[in-house]
Amino acid sequence: MGVTLSRAIQWSSDGEKLENSSLNNDILTEILLFTEEFDDRYPEEAKIQFSEPLQWKTSLEASDFTSDIYDTRGELAVSLECGDKGHPLLQLSPPDITVHSFYHLSNLLQLGKDKKMKEVWACLEVNREPMKNIFGPISPTIHEDRLFNILRQLDEKLLSIAVRPITGEGRLSPAAVDTEVDLLKRFCGTGENRVLKTVRYTSDYVFSNGCRSPPWRQMDGEICSLIIETCDTEPTLFITCNTSGVFLDESVKRANFGRQFEHTQFESKVIPVHVEVYKDIITLLKNKSAHFAAAADEQDSAIQDVPSAKKIVHVETVDVEETGQTLKSYDHEEKNVPEKARQQLVRNKPGGRKKKLEPSLKWKNLGLTSSYDEAEEKARRSRESKKMLEHGTKSPASENKKKAIISGSSLPGCQSSQKIRSPGGADDFSESSSEDEEDEEQSERRAEIPTDLPSEYWQIQKLVKYLKGANQTATVIVLCALRDFNLVQETCQLAIRDVGGLEVLINLLDTDDIRCKIGSLKILKEISCNSQIRQTIADLGGLQTMVSILDSPDKELKCLAAETIANVAKFRRARRTVRQHGGIKRLVELLDCVPDGASLSGERERDAEVARCGALALWSCSKSTRNKESIRRAGGIPLLARLLKSSQKNMLIPVVGTLQECASEKSYRIAIQTEGMIEDLVKNLSCDNQELQMHCASAIFKCAEDKHTRDLVRQYDGLKPLVMLLNEAENKQLLAATTGAIWKCSISLENVA
Amino acid sequence: MNRKLIQNLAETLCKQVKHFNKTETECLIRLFNGLLGEQAERRAAHGLDRVKFRNILHNTFGMTDDMMMDSVFRAFDKDNDTYISVKEWVEGLSVFLRGTLDEKIKFCFDVYNLHGDGYISREEMLQMLKDSLIRQPTEEDPDEGIKDIVEIALKKMDYDHDGKVSYSDFEKTVKDENLLLEAFGNCLPNAKSILAFEQHAFQELHGQ
Repeated sequence: MGVTLSRAIQWSSDGEKLENSSLNNDILTEILLFTEEFDDRYPEEAKIQFSEPLQWKTSLEASDFTSDIYDTRGELAVSLECGDKGHPLLQLSPPDITVHSFYHLSNLLQLGKDKKMKEVWACLEVNREPMKNIFGPISPTIHEDRLFNILRQLDEKLLSIAVRPITGEGRLSPAAVDTEVDLLKRFCGTGENRVLKTVRYTSDYVFSNGCRSPPWRQMDGEICSLIIETCDTEPTLFITCNTSGVFLDESVKRANFGRQFEHTQFESKVIPVHVEVYKDIITLLKNKSAHFAAAADEQDSAIQDVPSAKKIVHVETVDVEETGQTLKSYDHEEKNVPEKARQQLVRNKPGGRKKKLEPSLKWKNLGLTSSYDEAEEKARRSRESKKMLEHGTKSPASENKKKAIISGSSLPGCQSSQKIRSPGGADDFSESSSEDEEDEEQSERRAEIPTDLPSEYWQIQKLVKYLKGANQTATVIVLCALRDFNLVQETCQLAIRDVGGLEVLINLLDTDDIRCKIGSLKILKEISCNSQIRQTIADLGGLQTMVSILDSPDKELKCLAAETIANVAKFRRARRTVRQHGGIKRLVELLDCVPDGASLSGERERDAEVARCGALALWSCSKSTRNKESIRRAGGIPLLARLLKSSQKNMLIPVVGTLQECASEKSYRIAIQTEGMIEDLVKNLSCDNQELQMHCASAIFKCAEDKHTRDLVRQYDGLKPLVMLLNEAENKQLLAATTGAIWKCSISLENVA
Repeated sequence: MNRKLIQNLAETLCKQVKHFNKTETECLIRLFNGLLGEQAERRAAHGLDRVKFRNILHNTFGMTDDMMMDSVFRAFDKDNDTYISVKEWVEGLSVFLRGTLDEKIKFCFDVYNLHGDGYISREEMLQMLKDSLIRQPTEEDPDEGIKDIVEIALKKMDYDHDGKVSYSDFEKTVKDENLLLEAFGNCLPNAKSILAFEQHAFQELHGQ
């Protein structure tokens, strides 16, 4: 939020309000979604109290605070939860509202319903530096460090949204500018033969699309600004690089000279009509600085042709970029690209400098991935994309993609180098390679990037392509082959997703063929451990299909569907979807089984497996309050009670997990007691599985609110095992649950004795 | 055939198959006779011929792949006399409808083993899978995909690395991954059609 709010968001000209632009809307929507889900995704960090609260004028009323963690009195509302200093973590006295933690921010937005966007807007208009509010001037503790990282990731994501609307139609592109600047930097120095004194950017911060200007100026085509000191002109030249060309910046010179050369938010910079626009920086410099022009002419062949070679090469890069969905997919179009690229070469060869560039039209795709990506992934890709382009423009000799085009091979790993010809001839390459010496480290990385992706990535993509055109028989073979890859690895998961594999897999679930469904679910089950994939599966309607598969008579199918739902339903929206499509009821029906103890016949064993998978799915789903209610209404509690009598650990863990999750509801606590589950819970405290012990302790903790339960715990000799568990010092979660349980139980004096 | 004959036959046959009792076998025999049609009267029939059998496979069990249907016929027709006798009928159906995994593995292997040489070779796989991929218009070699899939299948199944799939290779593969039982084509009926067939065939049984 820090960088975005200070650089990317558009403020009105008086600086008071947020501009109502689509850019701002996108950013704020993202912030809204993030905050709304914060509590679900990061429950621990949500509880951290801000150093200073966020305060703003709200449109919410006390009547909106319907959740039972808030206390409303007339027009006022306060949270029951209080902070260290005794103040409530949320306080509403209209129109002012004060919030001290993300947990309450999250709740507020959910309760706010239609008004939530307004709230985000209002909050950010007033609290311009929320990071300062949250962390204060002191350096963050470990907890807050995590929070810091989460917010930083949000920031990066927001920035990617901010720079998304860039259209790069015009002469110049950030990469071309970067190239030129690097070239010019080479010609700076302190000696007599120097061409220039210094060249530097006005901003150190580079957005993911390579531009340095703030996003709203990027929409006018602005790429970056430079300060160049030449040997003979007035001390400094202020130059703006725009997609339509380069020009001198008179206004900036006057306004910013002597200040930090950062573009402030209040100047709108459109290209002034009277200023002359040049094709590139070098042309401008030649026009403005005689010294430069003279010096440059001497090294004519070097300067002249290398940029043009780079331009050619850059264009090629662009074309290749265009062909893929992402930076990394090398689809069939490669075969078409050689034609295009060769044509470009032919066209570009004669007439050196006069040609029109076709800069990348696909800046949107470059370095910008779907909004579900983790920020690191995106940051990595943006770095890679930058490098790819630098790579492409700087050292054609080692550009693998170029190899791919020209030599017609479709493998990214080719290393043959001398196929590209540029007008300058061999000299250029020695020039470029000397350049590489200082960027040696970088060039190695550059060379690695296209081949950075393991061969599995490409193999998987190939298999998914087959899936798209295969009949039932071939599909089964391919699905089995896909499973041989280590699908737990993120590369493999993303490989499947990047080439549209998730759509294919989900479509297979809609067919009539059981084998295809089973094969597909086996894969989906494994890859849905990845949170991006989960989101995508939910977006594609996968959950609805899986819920309807629960109706199938085939037990293996039911198990797989339930297990996959268990994996996907790890975020709020998914859980809601499951409920809305009747998933809870069906999952509860799966629990209908009598666990028989040690020896199970084949059929019974399969039923138990079905029940186990159902319990897993319900466990994931039970994190939503409405789902807890749905489970109860569907008659889940007696079924869970029956399953609790099982002796299989892998059955007990999800069952107790579900129970302890739901035990936050009073209705469940009552039911747990009346169905006689306390006895089983206490019994399992003494088992040898720490996870199970933890869940039992947790459930007891929650239920021990009630006196009768506490008596039962004592009655069933539950206190001793609880105390023994305190010895498990390493397992913090277990310790916490046990301590809680003991604490609650000790409310009854008889227990203390 | 009169009733006594049928009963005797049924008694003999049901001992040789694992999954049908005497009454069920009787039903199957009657069904067989019904399918033979008036030929049964003429007593010149040797059994169900290929055409009739394929019709059954298509109409009752929903199979569509010609090659598979021929192969299934061949698998049923153990003595290779181009007719399916009543014995072959009952025995085949025993596996077809109610076979254990092992029986089905053997059955499928027989089906896929086109040349009858005890191995499934690359050529046989290519033949069976030749229509299993939609041709991409941009592909230079339209069979490239199929060849690739055959290689994938072979890699998965060829445990003894001799370039072809023997019975034990196949058995191991399927035991490891059940889905690959019908790896090269649909040669077993699905659950729905089994249910429908049994209900139809054994309705007298239920009626009694």
